[in-house]
Amino acid sequence: MKRHLLSAADLSRDDALLVLDTAEELARVSDRAVKKLPTLRGRTVVNLFFEDSTRTRISFEAAAKRLSADVINFSAKGSSLSKGESLKDTALTLEAMGADAVVVRHSASGAPHRLATSGWIGGSVVNAGDGTHEHPTQALLDAFTMRRHLGPLTDRRVIIVGDVLHSRVARSNVLLLHTLGAEVTLVAPPTLLPVGVETWPCAAAYDLDSVLPKADAVMMLRVQRERMGAAYFPSVREYSRRYGLHAGRLGVLPEHALILHPGPMNRGLEITAEAADGARSVIVEQVANGVSVRMAVLYLLLGGSEPG
Amino acid sequence: MSEHPATWLLSGVRPLGGAACDLLLRAGSIAEVGPAGSLGAAGAEVLDGDGLVALPGLVDLHTHLREPGREDAETVETGTAAAAVGGYVAVHAMANTDPVADTAGVVEQVWRLGREAGHVDVRPVGAVTAGLEGERLAELGAMADSAAGVRVFSDDGRCVSDAVLMRRALEYVKAFDGVIAQHAQEPRLTEDAQMNEGELSGRLGLRGWPAVAEEAVIARDALLAGHVGSRLHVCHVSTAGSVDILRWAKSKGWRVTAEVTPHHLLLSDELVSTYDPVYKVNPPLRTRDDVDALRVALADGTVDAVATDHAPHPVEDKECEWAAAAFGMVGLETALSVVQDAMVDSGLLDWAGVADRMSVRPARIGRVAGHGRALAVGEPAHVTLVDPAARRAVDPATLASRSRNTPYAGMSLPGRVVATFLRGRPTQLDGKLTS
Repeated sequence: MKRHLLSAADLSRDDALLVLDTAEELARVSDRAVKKLPTLRGRTVVNLFFEDSTRTRISFEAAAKRLSADVINFSAKGSSLSKGESLKDTALTLEAMGADAVVVRHSASGAPHRLATSGWIGGSVVNAGDGTHEHPTQALLDAFTMRRHLGPLTDRRVIIVGDVLHSRVARSNVLLLHTLGAEVTLVAPPTLLPVGVETWPCAAAYDLDSVLPKADAVMMLRVQRERMGAAYFPSVREYSRRYGLHAGRLGVLPEHALILHPGPMNRGLEITAEAADGARSVIVEQVANGVSVRMAVLYLLLGGSEPG
Repeated sequence: MSEHPATWLLSGVRPLGGAACDLLLRAGSIAEVGPAGSLGAAGAEVLDGDGLVALPGLVDLHTHLREPGREDAETVETGTAAAAVGGYVAVHAMANTDPVADTAGVVEQVWRLGREAGHVDVRPVGAVTAGLEGERLAELGAMADSAAGVRVFSDDGRCVSDAVLMRRALEYVKAFDGVIAQHAQEPRLTEDAQMNEGELSGRLGLRGWPAVAEEAVIARDALLAGHVGSRLHVCHVSTAGSVDILRWAKSKGWRVTAEVTPHHLLLSDELVSTYDPVYKVNPPLRTRDDVDALRVALADGTVDAVATDHAPHPVEDKECEWAAAAFGMVGLETALSVVQDAMVDSGLLDWAGVADRMSVRPARIGRVAGHGRALAVGEPAHVTLVDPAARRAVDPATLASRSRNTPYAGMSLPGRVVATFLRGRPTQLDGKLTS
């Protein structure tokens, strides 16, 4: 494994499988009465969140604590983007505190990359979501969740639906699922697919109904309501009709197919309650699995002793 | 200003890369030209020019000197010093200062600061619209009639996107032979744009700046310039499509000129994958195909001039996240080396061509009297001497500019500007300022 996890592309197939297998082992800890391992005792993990994301922060915090690491939560809302303390000064502060790993969430694409390559800090950098770039641990937990239900993901068909253009989750998932041998199809209105998507290691389609019947898993992306003003689609109603996962489409989806969503959901917009809460939905599992996968990432990056 | 004597013998230099000869500079003019070794040196300081190429002093159409307002990034003194070190004898100071150079008072101040510094002739550019707001014309005539004698007008940094306002500006400056230098960027298509729109922007998650946003404005403005018979100059052309449109506009006989920056002749967008904001510039670095098209266009004259778009920024405006960083690169001190690398050493342009694109045509576009002239007896003695055989590693710490945001740090570039003469006196020798 590389020293940092900035992009899902940093993971080779062997790396990715190692993370997933390690996460399986560590998941067993979560089933015990005492949910704690001594592996990272004395190590310091900083959660550096320039952007609000309670669920991701809590997930990383739980992961680090279950490995006995010291956790510092650094909520730096108001980065240099809004003329607060600069990324550099924040980084130097963390370095002075002796951070072994910095988990960073930032609204600017590439901010974790800057932290990792600028020489400001010496520890490992874990990208916990940067702008519209990547969110590699989300992709890992999605793969982990799918693998638990579907077995190895080789040749499995995964459909990712929605605002791919602005989605870091989609970017990381395409890269990781491709590495793991799955076939990914992105489905979105043409306005929400990035320029150059034809060069990505996946397929792209505009018509959800034509691809659903062959899916092994379908991942619904959150649609930001503010996209509407920017003419990406005419109305919420039209979006829901053409790209939402609703009762009619559930009938077309194979019985064994999984429904995923990275959250937070816009119920009634990209996904109906029926789909989100139904038997095929693994959305709540995704959250639980997030802790195991992040434990594995921290464990492998910080080179802790064998999990017991 | 300078303690050096007013008479210089440049011995054995090769004007425009041709046969070696002697140039005698006296009283601000080129007094004598003769075969190498033929001119006497009585009373003159001799500069051994063996192996050096002599060019008419370089003229930059696009320089941000930042004063007044951002003296932390650059001043007229430091920016023109950088220009002299880079082989320039005249620069056009862009109008996006604070306050904006949109009145006779501000352009005269910049012009006067340039005279006091004495490194190069400073030609202030006047804003097209008041405050660069794109709503009403600035007092173009007052700036033209001022001591600064403004002939180039630009809202650079912003596009004059209103078609009616652009038409009026083009028409109005005809009265004093002015030119509108357009920063071609359709604003709605480039809201919050961070880099060239393409496969890479999609992958990096950075909002794209599509080529069409430049090309659409150039097409519209070329049509307008043709319609009203005015002079249009297009700033920092960056795409292959823009080149096609310019070629077409010129074929119509319209009075359209264009410039390209050194960085768009050398660098391409894959550098952005480092997320290092030193590569953040507007217009953005484009693809390798665009770079190749721009080189061809400069060679065949479709693009008339190289202009630096020297854009100094303090360290803190670049040592940050990509999206938070300022757009721009310094360029005055590396321009000639980059042009040698991209154009001369690649065989696309000879030194006569370099002189044409970096001195003759920029001076003509800017209506800069006395500049961009032949290296001939009786002409003003503006001379740049370059050693094309030298190589150097670019070290930001040694730049004369107040800022350090060069994208060439650590790169090895060919050529070294050995001396710059302004009206017969050296402004710099061996990279060291004389005043």
